[in-house]
Amino acid sequence: MTILVIAEHDGKTLAPATLNTVAAAAKIGGDINVLVAGQGIGAVAEAAANIAGVAKILVADNAAYAHQLPENVAPLVAELAAGYSHILAAATSNGKNILPRVAAQLDVDQISEIISVISADTFTRPIYAGNAIATVQSTAPVKVITVRATGFDPVAAQGGSAAVEALAAVHDAGTSSFVSEELAKSDRPELTAAKIVVSGGRGMQNGDNFKYLYSLADKLGAGVGASRAAVDAGFVPNDMQVGQTGKIVAPQLYIAVGISGAIQHLAGMKDSKVIVAINKDEEAPIFQVADYGLVADLFEAVPELEQAV
Amino acid sequence: MKVLACIKRVVDYNVKVRVKADNSGVDLANVKMSMNPFCEIAVEEAVRLKELSIKEGGVATEIVVVCIGPTTAQEQLRTALALGADRAILVESAEDLTSLAVAKLLKAVVDKEQPQLMILGKQAIDSDNNQTGQMLAALTGYGQGTFASKVEVAGDKVVVTREVDGGAQTVSLSLPAIITTDLRLNEPRYASLPNIMKAKKKPLEVLTPEALGVSTASTNKTLKVEAPAARSAGIKVKSVAELVEKLKTEAKVI
Repeated sequence: MTILVIAEHDGKTLAPATLNTVAAAAKIGGDINVLVAGQGIGAVAEAAANIAGVAKILVADNAAYAHQLPENVAPLVAELAAGYSHILAAATSNGKNILPRVAAQLDVDQISEIISVISADTFTRPIYAGNAIATVQSTAPVKVITVRATGFDPVAAQGGSAAVEALAAVHDAGTSSFVSEELAKSDRPELTAAKIVVSGGRGMQNGDNFKYLYSLADKLGAGVGASRAAVDAGFVPNDMQVGQTGKIVAPQLYIAVGISGAIQHLAGMKDSKVIVAINKDEEAPIFQVADYGLVADLFEAVPELEQAV
Repeated sequence: MKVLACIKRVVDYNVKVRVKADNSGVDLANVKMSMNPFCEIAVEEAVRLKELSIKEGGVATEIVVVCIGPTTAQEQLRTALALGADRAILVESAEDLTSLAVAKLLKAVVDKEQPQLMILGKQAIDSDNNQTGQMLAALTGYGQGTFASKVEVAGDKVVVTREVDGGAQTVSLSLPAIITTDLRLNEPRYASLPNIMKAKKKPLEVLTPEALGVSTASTNKTLKVEAPAARSAGIKVKSVAELVEKLKTEAKVI
C-alpha cells in the first residue's frame, strides 16, 4: 500500500494539519508520499521532506496551481491516483474544496473527516454534528479520505529525509481564476493548533468587548475563537468560528465565555481536554459539558481571571 | 438564465438525535424533518438573484428547485416553491444515497435542464459530508465556488467570495458554475401564507434514478452508528480564585 497525502499550505509555509494527516496515513500503514501543489513552493516542499516517516515528496510547481484552485489541482491528483491505495487530505477549507472533486473524478465515494482508523479500509467519523459516530468501510480501489486533525496526534515535523520529485504535468481547466484574498492577521496561535483556546459568544455583547478575551488570551498564549452567534452578529470575522461548520478544535484547555452551548458549537470543541465555561445563566447548556463552570458576570470574571493566571 | 437550487430533506436542526439500540443508524421515527439550513440559504440566494434581475434587468429568469429524496421530500420542495422557486423536480429514492450518487443524479438533471448556475448547501447537517457540490462540479466539469459568502453574476462570469480557514478568498468562475453556500451568504426569508397557497399550484415533476439512467451504487458501507463517548458534567466553582486553583492543581493545564 502506498498513501498519497496532499500537503496543506499557503504557498509559503506547511500547515501543521499536514502532520496530523500524515499521522492518519501512518495508522493505515504503508509508504507515505506527500504532494505539494502550488506556485513558488520550494520552502513548503523542503519542510514536507523533513516530516518524519515520509518516503517521497511530489512537487507540482506551476502557475496553474497557484492558490490551489480545485478545478486545476483535482485533475492532477486524480491522474496520480492510479499508483495509490489511499489519498488523504486534511479536512481544512482547502482539503474540503479539492478532495470531493478528486473522488468524483475517480468515481468513488469519499469518506469525510475521519477521527480514527480501524483498519486500512474502515474508519470512524462523526455525523449529526458529532451526536453519532459512524463506522464506515470503503470498497473503493483508491480510498479518498479527509482527516479531522484533532483525531490524530501530529507526527514529528523533523527527522525525515524524503526524496523530492518534480511533476511536469500541468492541468489548467480555464474555468476559474483567483481574484483576491483577505486573510486575517494575528500574532496569536492558530485556533486549530493552539494548546489553549478562549472563545466568546453572544454574551460578549459587541466586537469591542472581545478585547477582554484577547487580553486574557495573550497572557495564556491562547488562540481566540467565537461561537456562530457572535460571528453572525458581526462581532468578529468568520475565521474565528468554532463549531460544526466552522473550525474543529481540541485544545488542552477551552475557555467558553458568554457562550450558551448550542449543539453546533459543542460539535466544534467538545473533544477539548478540559472545558471551562463562564456564563451568568446557570441553566446554559454549556455547563453540561464543562469540567469547571463559573456562574458569573463575564465582564468581572474575565479581567479577574487574567490577573490570577 | 436558469438557476438550479438543490435541496435536501434532513432532521430539523433543533432535534437532538438518538442512536438506535441496534446501532444501525439514528432514530428518525416521528422526528421533525426540514429543509437542510444550508439549502434554505441556497434557495434564498436563487430567489434574490431573480428578484435583482427583475429590478435591474439582470439575467436570472427561472428557478428550478431539485431534491433527491423520499416521496415525503415533496414537503420541502413545496416550501422552496413558496419561497420563490418556479418549479420543482423530485428524484425519488427511498434509500439513503451517498454524496456521489446524489451528484450523479443532479448531473442527469443538469443535462436535462441546462442551468447556468447551480446553488447547493455546502453541507447537510445529518451526514456532515460536505461533498455533493464539489462532486457535481467534477462531473459537469464546471468551476466551483464553495462556502460562498457573496455571489455576484456579471456577464458570463460569477464572482464568488468564499469563507476559508484564514479569512476570505474571492474567485471568478466562468458560467455555467456551481456555488455552495456558507452561513453568512444571506438570511433566508419566511414563506408568507399567500405564497404557501400559490406554491401548491406550481409544477412538481417526479423522476426516478432508473428513468434518469443513473446507478446509485456506492463504494461506502456504514457498518454501525454509535453514540459518542459521553462527556460527564463537571463541577461548578464559586470564584475565579477557585477556578484558577483547580486548573493549576487538579487539571494541570495552566
